[in-house]
Amino acid sequence: MTAAEIFGLCGAALVGVGVYGLVIAPEPLRKLLAFNLLGGGIFLLFGAVARRGAGAGLGGDPVPQALVITGLVVAVAATALAVALLLRLFEASGDVSLRNDPPPAPEPES
Amino acid sequence: MSAVEVSTAGGTWLVLAILLPVIAMLLAAAAGGRHVERIALATVPAGLAVAIAIASGVVESGAPLVYVLGGWSPPLGVALRADGLAAAMMLVIAVVVAAVALFARADFHVAAGAPETRAPDAFWILLLSIWSALNAVFVTGDLFTGYVALELLTFGGVPLVCLDGRAETLAAALRYLLFALVGSVFYLVGCALLYGAGGTLDMALLAARLTPSPTVVVAASLMTIGLLAKTALFPLHLWLPPAHAGAPPAASAVLSALVVKGSFFLVVRLWFAVMPAIPGGAAAQLLAALGAGAIVVGNLVALRQERLKLLVAYSTVAQIGYLFLMFPLALDASGRLLSGGALAGGILQAMAHATAKAGMFMAAGLMYAALGHDRITGLRGIARAQPLSVLTFAVGGLALMGLPPSGAYAAKELLLGAASASGQWWWGLVLQAGGVLTAAYLVLVLAHATAAPDAPLAPRQAIARGRELAALFLALTSLLLGLGGWGALLPIPGGSVSPGLSLDGLMKSLWPLLGGGVLALLLGRWDERLPRALAGAGLGALRRAALVGGGALVQLDERLRRWPVAGLSLLLLTILFGAALAAGGSP
Repeated sequence: MTAAEIFGLCGAALVGVGVYGLVIAPEPLRKLLAFNLLGGGIFLLFGAVARRGAGAGLGGDPVPQALVITGLVVAVAATALAVALLLRLFEASGDVSLRNDPPPAPEPES
Repeated sequence: MSAVEVSTAGGTWLVLAILLPVIAMLLAAAAGGRHVERIALATVPAGLAVAIAIASGVVESGAPLVYVLGGWSPPLGVALRADGLAAAMMLVIAVVVAAVALFARADFHVAAGAPETRAPDAFWILLLSIWSALNAVFVTGDLFTGYVALELLTFGGVPLVCLDGRAETLAAALRYLLFALVGSVFYLVGCALLYGAGGTLDMALLAARLTPSPTVVVAASLMTIGLLAKTALFPLHLWLPPAHAGAPPAASAVLSALVVKGSFFLVVRLWFAVMPAIPGGAAAQLLAALGAGAIVVGNLVALRQERLKLLVAYSTVAQIGYLFLMFPLALDASGRLLSGGALAGGILQAMAHATAKAGMFMAAGLMYAALGHDRITGLRGIARAQPLSVLTFAVGGLALMGLPPSGAYAAKELLLGAASASGQWWWGLVLQAGGVLTAAYLVLVLAHATAAPDAPLAPRQAIARGRELAALFLALTSLLLGLGGWGALLPIPGGSVSPGLSLDGLMKSLWPLLGGGVLALLLGRWDERLPRALAGAGLGALRRAALVGGGALVQLDERLRRWPVAGLSLLLLTILFGAALAAGGSP
């Protein structure tokens, strides 16, 4: 088994775990962790793609690595935003489950 | 290896379209306080001028404007390209941003000497960031740049949902963010796979290199479904109604008119620019079928809403469905997508919806401000107290319904033409039914708003005339959009579409009001007088039956909007899309 194949399989496994968590886990924090796992899986996938694209004496195609770095920045920003929202939600309501999907409350009479 | 691509004359405008709002954002964030609003308002005319410059550049040269970043031609570098579609969308978006900014001045104004507060600062900066991200989505020539722009758009849209910081709105924002993130990772996997298949993510180069293969099929279905989740196409609309429930009207206008158009536009790019060579007949039919589901469920559930704001939100769910009807209509005989009348119709529909719906959300917000609530059954007398707001709602609704010479009318003509040319009469039926369904909630709201009040209305606060005019301006823009011709920017067969300004045409497009009126009577929310009158006319049983049906639809919508169900629909749809793409097929 080549390194690219191992990368690809690990990536696929992480993506699978991440998708499962995103769909099934009711708590937003778990969903967020699942999103990060899923993201990690995709970045590995990019790594596998880079290995397959190796040529001209290079160990790998550098473009996917640039894409991974950009993707990491985006994922970090998204995670920070989600954590900030989670903390604010916990402060405001003491509960952070999205399980029951309560109907949207009307705006307060102000 | 293809020829080296170089920047065209006027290509710098594309950079300005993205950078101008970003510079303003940074300045505003640094200056703070009262300057934030001033900087944002000063950016609006400049941004509008840039959009006009790009549109006129495209019209003059008759070719896309291109800017190659750093002089590095793709595949090594990244190109920005603005064709007619992008130019048209940027123009409309700039107009909507301008009107929203004028409207929002009252809500997010920091008075002299007042302490700095978070919501106004955040609103203006977010508005600029959304504008910049949208322009980036429109001009990107690279799928990965598209991904980054789309994420920026989401990061700008999410905080708009929870500007007031109440728990419900925070939960709605979190729900939106998490679901949008699922969509973006799906898109990102697709990018990785396409890079593996084509060795580039430049749209034009990929289009030449891609051939139908399992990798491409998987990538295309993942990317499409991820984008649909961000666009809130039925049944992936779990985040949209709660997001609108508590957002300020200006924020709702931005979310519904602008933010969902970004991911929609990338679907268009993916299908028409990247994979036109991949036969997608069955998959295009599936896209339009989801659109038809959105039209029926969104419009009928809109009729059952208690609050005006949510009625407008559900009408957005339905209108998003319209945007996807163009895909099967653009197919040629061999199952490939052609950039022709159907595409022009879809883009025109998006432009018409952006303007009309922003105006309607603003009008609904002004009625809320005057009444202190927005219960539809409590709107009696508002037409007398605030005629301009009600007029805006009516004009916006008529424009969406497809009254000539509205943009929606031109779009409908183009799509109906494509439907009859390709023999797909069933999508023509859906288009016509959509007009009736749109008319239904329009009639419902107007009937309540124009009814005589039991007691004279005393508005809770005076509404500035300028805000009403900003909303009315947008609704009128949508109503007159069809006069624009648009042949210079959009691929309209024969050059332009007739505005349909004949008495005959007007009469023909008014009949949906009749059908809509009947639907509104049967399904809408009324006070106790109407059911009694219906029962007197022997129609009580009919209304009860309709209400049972309506209740079932509301239940269905509520189930579909639960997380696990929406997540499973997402996976199921991805598999279905993959299967449909693999099957290929012609219309």
